[in-house]
Amino acid sequence: MAEAPTGNEVTRRRRSRSDRRRSTATTRETGVWYPKAYWPSFAAPGVLWLAVWFLLPFYVVLSVAFGSVDPAFRLAEPTFQFWWWDFSTFQETLEGFYVAPAIYQDPAIRTLTYVIVASTVCLMVGYPIAYFTARHAGRWRSLILVLLVAPFWISYLMRVYAWQSLLQPDGYINDILGVVGVEPILWLSGKQFTVILGLVYGYIPFMILPLYASLDRIQQSHLEAGRDLGAGPARTFLRVTLPLSKQAILAGLVIVALPMFGDYYTNDLLGSDATSTLGNMVDNAIVQAGQQPAAGGLAIVLMVLVLIPMLYYMRETRRAISRTS
Amino acid sequence: MSDTAITAPTTRPSRVATRRGVFGWVRDPWRKPRFLQTLTWGYLAWSILPVLIAIMFSFNAGRSRSTWQGFSFRWWYQDEFDSLWRDQDLRRAMVQTFRLAIATVVLAVPIGTAFAIGIDRWRGRISRTANFAMLLQFVVPELILSIALFLLFNKVLKDLFPLGTYAQIVGLTTFQLSYSVIIVRARLLSIGPEYEEAAMDLGATPGQALRRVLMPLLMPAVLASAALVFADAVDNFVTVRYLSGPASSEPLSVKIYTAARQSPAPSINAAATVMLVSTLFMIAIGWFLSRRVSKGDTSGADAVFTGL
Repeated sequence: MAEAPTGNEVTRRRRSRSDRRRSTATTRETGVWYPKAYWPSFAAPGVLWLAVWFLLPFYVVLSVAFGSVDPAFRLAEPTFQFWWWDFSTFQETLEGFYVAPAIYQDPAIRTLTYVIVASTVCLMVGYPIAYFTARHAGRWRSLILVLLVAPFWISYLMRVYAWQSLLQPDGYINDILGVVGVEPILWLSGKQFTVILGLVYGYIPFMILPLYASLDRIQQSHLEAGRDLGAGPARTFLRVTLPLSKQAILAGLVIVALPMFGDYYTNDLLGSDATSTLGNMVDNAIVQAGQQPAAGGLAIVLMVLVLIPMLYYMRETRRAISRTS
Repeated sequence: MSDTAITAPTTRPSRVATRRGVFGWVRDPWRKPRFLQTLTWGYLAWSILPVLIAIMFSFNAGRSRSTWQGFSFRWWYQDEFDSLWRDQDLRRAMVQTFRLAIATVVLAVPIGTAFAIGIDRWRGRISRTANFAMLLQFVVPELILSIALFLLFNKVLKDLFPLGTYAQIVGLTTFQLSYSVIIVRARLLSIGPEYEEAAMDLGATPGQALRRVLMPLLMPAVLASAALVFADAVDNFVTVRYLSGPASSEPLSVKIYTAARQSPAPSINAAATVMLVSTLFMIAIGWFLSRRVSKGDTSGADAVFTGL
């Protein structure tokens, strides 16, 4: 990704035009004839796999969410014929968000709060770090980059587990606070602060790297131009650097926010029922046979919630694929 | 920032640099970015230290994972029942972890590579839809995909294809497939069709051009995706937890997750360390091999591993 864009851009455009030409005939410029099924046969296993193990499961979610519950055994019974779908259970699930006792309302509010606060903190802390690494790291740059990337290769589970140990009543955090005279704090007793801390810790690497990549690509000459025209450091930043990294900021926010919507494990390890999220609601419901339609319904709600950021991320991914060196 | 600065830009730097006081320091564009420097190193310590401390506690002599009670290998192999090596449960989980990860690589990487090549050359409505599904799969939150697969196995395939190892492999492969497609596809686009065309101009059949020209060029990306898929499969616990059947099909990650919610012994830290070391080892091998086979042009390999 970190390479001069201009030359590449041109060849890519030319290439895609020739691709389109190729699609009308199975003949290449070289005159080699490919049987019609030649390339599709390469993709076939993957296409089949996705159809059976990716698209079909989503249909099953709909069938369960819009199915029925066996009254005697409290077992969810999916309805596979979509013309017989029954939306009453789904409506009940939706009413859980706004009709008393509104059991999903608090988790929904908490989920949104966590996502918004944690993503904002990720950006506020991540941006200066990416900026420093791209512009001022000097000879330390390789080391800093390795350390920034390291969390990608360390399991999320282990990283949150590590914090869980540090935040124990007799853990190191309380030990350090004890030195300055703070009484031991029960961090893990269901504090929203702890859950947000965990989310920030877990997802901030995914924010820093795209920001770094984009800030690194800004050419020094642009900044010098700003300086030459009389802008001070603050103004150069606001008028040159920030606009040029706007897209990376958006992409970073989406990359960290998307998994946070489905995150139930951070709260499971660092919080309690008092801090539960929509993800926890799904996770709790799915293991109880009678609650599975509700779990399916909540999954649909979550899917709708993340639809727009998801489509944006898809577009960015497609762009990144064609831009990678 | 003021009008005088705009009229006399060339004199500004030296004037600002010599100006005293807080404002002079704030406005000096050449001052050392002490704040940013402190923040960055502080962040890195904050990011890495907890993990190192967790590794350290796998060598704790006592049962606590938060109070240091001396060094020992008790939780690694010395304790007769509860150490990682002798606890039947954890040992089985370790084997299961690697079994799942290897099976996932064996399935996801070949299917993904073929899919990337096919989708790159095959234009049509099905191809576009498949590409869309692949990208959608890449961005959908893992929880949603996992419960969808869980319901499929639990409600539809329960007798023919029950939850357990095979279901876990299917789930992991589905979850990792698009990852390997994306890595290979990016490489494919940067190679372009020219090399193959040249080979065919020189008399190679399409099959030969694919085998002897395209595949060697794709190899760095294929190896890189294998390493990354392996590492991800070892670390995965969301998909694997929903799709695990009997307790014997739970890999290390699920054991750690379950234990962490009760009162884990340091053998859990040891288990997490094994996971960490094996993913880092795999990534290192993958990085080394993919740099090696890419001969010279190493930027692509580095880009894949750093996500930049």
